[in-house]
Amino acid sequence: MSQTTSNAQPINVLERERLVHNNRSLHWITERVSGIVENRQPFLWWVLFLPSVLLSAVLGSCLFYLIVAGVGVWGNNHPVGWGWAITNFVFWIGIGHAGTLISAILFLTRQKWRTSVNRAAEAMTLFAVMCAAIFPGLHVGRVWMVYFLAPVPNANAVWQNFKSPLLWDVFAVSTYFTVSVLFWFLGLVPDLATIRDRCKPGLKKAIYGIFAMGWRGANRHWRHYEMAYLLLAALSTPLVLSVHSVVSFDFATSIVPGWHTTIFPPYFVAGAIFGGFAMVLTLMIPARKIYGLQDLITPKHIDNMAKIILLTGSIVGYAYLMELFVAWYGANKYEFDAFMLRIKDGPYVAYYYAMFGCNVIAPQLFWFKWCRQNLWVVMAVCMAVNAGMWYERFVIIVTTLARDFIPGAWDLYSPTWVEVWTFIGTFGFFLMLFLLFLRFLPVIAMSEVKGVLPQSDPHYDPHHTGKLVENSFKGALPFDATAGLPAQVATAAPAPGIAQDNQFWIRQCNPRIPLSGNGSISLPGNPFTLWIKKK
Amino acid sequence: MSTQLKRVHGYLAEFKSAKALYHAAEQVRDAGYKRWDVHSPFPIHGMDNAMGLKKSILSLFVLIGGATGTVTAFFLQYVTQVIIYPTIVQNKPANIFTLPAFFPVMFELTILFAAFSSIICCFVFNQLPRFNHPLFTSEQFKRFSDDAFFVCIEARDPMFSREETRSFLEGLGGSNIELVEDEV
Repeated sequence: MSQTTSNAQPINVLERERLVHNNRSLHWITERVSGIVENRQPFLWWVLFLPSVLLSAVLGSCLFYLIVAGVGVWGNNHPVGWGWAITNFVFWIGIGHAGTLISAILFLTRQKWRTSVNRAAEAMTLFAVMCAAIFPGLHVGRVWMVYFLAPVPNANAVWQNFKSPLLWDVFAVSTYFTVSVLFWFLGLVPDLATIRDRCKPGLKKAIYGIFAMGWRGANRHWRHYEMAYLLLAALSTPLVLSVHSVVSFDFATSIVPGWHTTIFPPYFVAGAIFGGFAMVLTLMIPARKIYGLQDLITPKHIDNMAKIILLTGSIVGYAYLMELFVAWYGANKYEFDAFMLRIKDGPYVAYYYAMFGCNVIAPQLFWFKWCRQNLWVVMAVCMAVNAGMWYERFVIIVTTLARDFIPGAWDLYSPTWVEVWTFIGTFGFFLMLFLLFLRFLPVIAMSEVKGVLPQSDPHYDPHHTGKLVENSFKGALPFDATAGLPAQVATAAPAPGIAQDNQFWIRQCNPRIPLSGNGSISLPGNPFTLWIKKK
Repeated sequence: MSTQLKRVHGYLAEFKSAKALYHAAEQVRDAGYKRWDVHSPFPIHGMDNAMGLKKSILSLFVLIGGATGTVTAFFLQYVTQVIIYPTIVQNKPANIFTLPAFFPVMFELTILFAAFSSIICCFVFNQLPRFNHPLFTSEQFKRFSDDAFFVCIEARDPMFSREETRSFLEGLGGSNIELVEDEV
């Protein structure tokens, strides 16, 4: 039982995948990321930038026309007072949530892979919230009176109704935007210092220098900085959950059938994260290719995000089905009819199935590793999700409002050309801001990525890295006389299949294997994992 | 060239890795220096211990900021909704029992005020922004934001000496040792 076995199988040595591929140095990261800001932009940047500026101009013209002519140029009517405007608002505000999830929640849960994607995702958050704010801001009608949303003393001596979810929404969204800006800026400071230190003296250096706040990378500064960053992450985490919950209160606190449900807050938050991750991937997969960032944003990052899309997409699918179940089980006639109109008899049934297909069926492809690693499949699914999340908001808002309690009040809704071009224009505006961000700011959080490299650990030793040996041998493994030690740290003789001239430590074995009396261990025949370390 | 008076800021020494900087910091701490710092492109895990620094007190100020936000939001809503402009909507009360309806805004302002305190305190405690620091006169110091690791022992440290501090830094394995001077 303690003999060296002859039926040993070859050992597959696996290493945990590195976050940054090809053993890149600190300097390489600086060069590659700062280079994007310092060098000329690729041709494709201009190909995307010019149309996006044009579309932003279209957006501006549509808004100008709306302000001059009045909200009647949109297709809103009675009973569908919310139409595309609020659909687009909820769509864009949801997109933003992935940025805060990556920057805050993944920070608190110590997911180090976030460092490569958090900067771009946070930028995306800000731009998405800016696009979102356009719609309710103009939907109020007389946009020059929009300051009535803020609790400031006014000539009418009128105050807002703080019991209304619509006012909560004003506070939630504006807080969300402000805190996201602060968080983003704090993260940018060390990287702006990097660009400042690489510039020649001049206007550019002065501008980057002012925003870098005179950062000197001192540890007495990092100490407060890291605490501030941690606290902002801890504050943003409940904030991001609250924002879409409050958005869902706009619907859930009303008594309209189809809206008046308690499932809305978690369902909206999961959907927002789901749609946001799809947008992050939509932007980052082309960007990593165009700017040669494949060593920083690796297939592992895309794999992780695809898994989050799968998870949140399945939560959303569960919510869709649970809504239907409760509509039936709750025995409320109007609620049940509202859902039957969505799925069977109503005028917008096609939207429901488009939503279901894009949001629930399409992400199921991500169960398969091949699909998560094929960028074309990932992009296709993300595009489906982007569209599907818009359909979801349309289904929630328009199908519900178009068919409420009394058939006499029913009416259909369709957007006008102004609404369509306003919405298309926001995509141009969003893309324009994102391209400008790529042009002027470091797209990857350099200081954070440097901090997760193996050589950044003060206890790093290049000669003592553990290696994972998986399901490697059957039978017994002879030992030095170290019977007193637990199996995790016992000194092992050269194991069969491992080069004979090296000594190894067994660091960890899973499941635990008991030592026998003469100091040998019998490795089980069933699957096990063994961590060994070179002596 | 005019004779320009210069003030010695301190010694700057470069170390080749985060690990070397960490061990150098431990020795500077044990040698008893007080006015010194390390400069690195990223925060190094455990460096606060290696330098003998305590936990940042920033969190206390953020707590105070957050509590200020909660109280502000409560009074903003209570005063406007209950005292000066009671709005009766859908037969909901306009008194202290309206409190649950005030929670969302109280929560949001708590977060907002706490976030502002956190970022403001971070810069105030670090005495930033400061654009004219003597270290910026050093050409090699620019690499701190790229891939270089520095220890800087300042001249105002009581133990500072032109010769001994230099040889001390050399003994720690520092390279490119530079006396950083600032124009007065």
